[in-house]
Amino acid sequence: MGEIVTVRYLCIGCPLGCRLEVDEDLEEHAIVEVRGFSCRRGKEYAIQEHTAPQRMVTTTVAIDKARWARLPVRTSRPAPKDKVLEICRALRTVRVSAPIASGDIIVRNVLNTGVDIIATRDMAEWAPPHNIET
Amino acid sequence: MITSNPRHLRGSYDVIVVGGGPAGLEAAVAAQEAGADHILVVDREPEAGGILLQCIHCGFGLHRFGEELTGPEYAQRVMKQALAHRIDIVTDAFVLDIDLQRRVKLMTREAGVSLVEARAVVLAMGARERTRAAVRIPGARPAGVFTAGMAQRLVNLYGWLPGRRVAILGSGDIGLIMARRLTLEGVEVAGVFELMPHPNGLNRNIVQCLHDFDIPLHLSTTVVEIHGHNRVEKVTVAPVDDNLRPQLERAWEVECDTLLISIGLIPENELSERLRLRMDPVTRGPVVTSAMECSLNGVFACGNVVHIHDLVDFVSAEAMLAGRSAGLFAIGAPLRPDNVRLLPGENVAYCVPHTISTEREHTVYMRTRRRLEACKLRLVAPDGRIVHEKRLRYVFPAEMVNLKLKPVILQHFHDDALRIDIVGRSAER
Repeated sequence: MGEIVTVRYLCIGCPLGCRLEVDEDLEEHAIVEVRGFSCRRGKEYAIQEHTAPQRMVTTTVAIDKARWARLPVRTSRPAPKDKVLEICRALRTVRVSAPIASGDIIVRNVLNTGVDIIATRDMAEWAPPHNIET
Repeated sequence: MITSNPRHLRGSYDVIVVGGGPAGLEAAVAAQEAGADHILVVDREPEAGGILLQCIHCGFGLHRFGEELTGPEYAQRVMKQALAHRIDIVTDAFVLDIDLQRRVKLMTREAGVSLVEARAVVLAMGARERTRAAVRIPGARPAGVFTAGMAQRLVNLYGWLPGRRVAILGSGDIGLIMARRLTLEGVEVAGVFELMPHPNGLNRNIVQCLHDFDIPLHLSTTVVEIHGHNRVEKVTVAPVDDNLRPQLERAWEVECDTLLISIGLIPENELSERLRLRMDPVTRGPVVTSAMECSLNGVFACGNVVHIHDLVDFVSAEAMLAGRSAGLFAIGAPLRPDNVRLLPGENVAYCVPHTISTEREHTVYMRTRRRLEACKLRLVAPDGRIVHEKRLRYVFPAEMVNLKLKPVILQHFHDDALRIDIVGRSAER
């Protein structure tokens, strides 16, 4: 057995907010013990968060010819946590044009993560009425 | 999103719903399913959907739709359902007044001001944010002080960043969500400052909005001064003592060009007050029966205008109840009266509805005053006898408590007032 390190997590399963501790054997790259949970979901969360943390990413992209300047989007499924900022940075240069339907793929396989970026609402084509200042 | 603007408004409707957010749209559909024919939803925004349209993050719909949706996805589902039920929705419109005969003074782009009659009215105006004025932060009045929801609107709908380096006062969920949102858009978040010794938002948001991006959370700390001439230049923050008094000798300065304020919501009840509805001083919303009827017959209310909900899913449930009652009232079906009053007791800040009937099943929503663990929720009769007891692992002020009451529990009561207590071990830490 190699050196053991303890990493702490705050459980997000419920408002109890259990202080989770994961012991990892650095040489074997294996979890030796999980402590601090008070339910099965807490233990599973600690292991997931320690080995492969994932996040659903929600942000917006620029849209033309629509009522609003931004179209809300999300990842089609959770993306690796360490890619979140990079994904958002990449989406800052994306520009689409109305009409868009909810579920439309805006970017396929973003940054080779295997995750698509999809629209989360319909956005109809729209021009400001000529008698109204916007 | 499709919004149906009726070309001609009718002179009278079975049900008029004020507010086209999730509460208003769900109430309209429920009113139609209960038998009402002509239903009008009035919204002041250019499209219905309410605040959900700017809440682009996930976490909505687990109870209502059995899956996790973003705000716009939830809004669109509710909107499509309303359109499928052929509900009239008028946007860019405003209800100026409602009188005791339920005549609604309405202002629209096309028709100007008109008086429209309603057999029943549903109040679903939602809430607005508390501002700097609500906590009286001293200092200059430069540009760059926003409520968190206003900043959310600017970023998510208009594509405008409120600033380059932001401090956030208040650790409610909107403030935490905005800390992440601004970080993702390249804005630096200097820190979140919370007056109370515990965070006000969900752990999930503490972890995924702050820890993920190494944003510091300063508990028992508040903003005591705003500096800057034309634009915010910095804020002074100070730790507070046990009585929440700032300790100015331990204050420090935080460089920032923007201060976001996320310190809670206030139900938007100007119309309710004009109608002189009986109000609950704690929720700051109308007093309601188990049918979500206010103190004036034929006027119903649901959603954040009644009390601030943590989850839109519960708003939907409440709105369906209010809409159904309004629909039944509009077609002349009698609503059975309540016969038991509910009183908030030990550690209970408020409970909604304010009255119930011993003949039906009810869900009672309440908020606790303190954090407790290993608790017992008790329904207590006037003579002190415990009518019903429910164990809860924990209660938190930030999380609404639901209590399902079956008629069998209540069968021996009539014209009584039952008190709700929550007792348990203190969990302050």
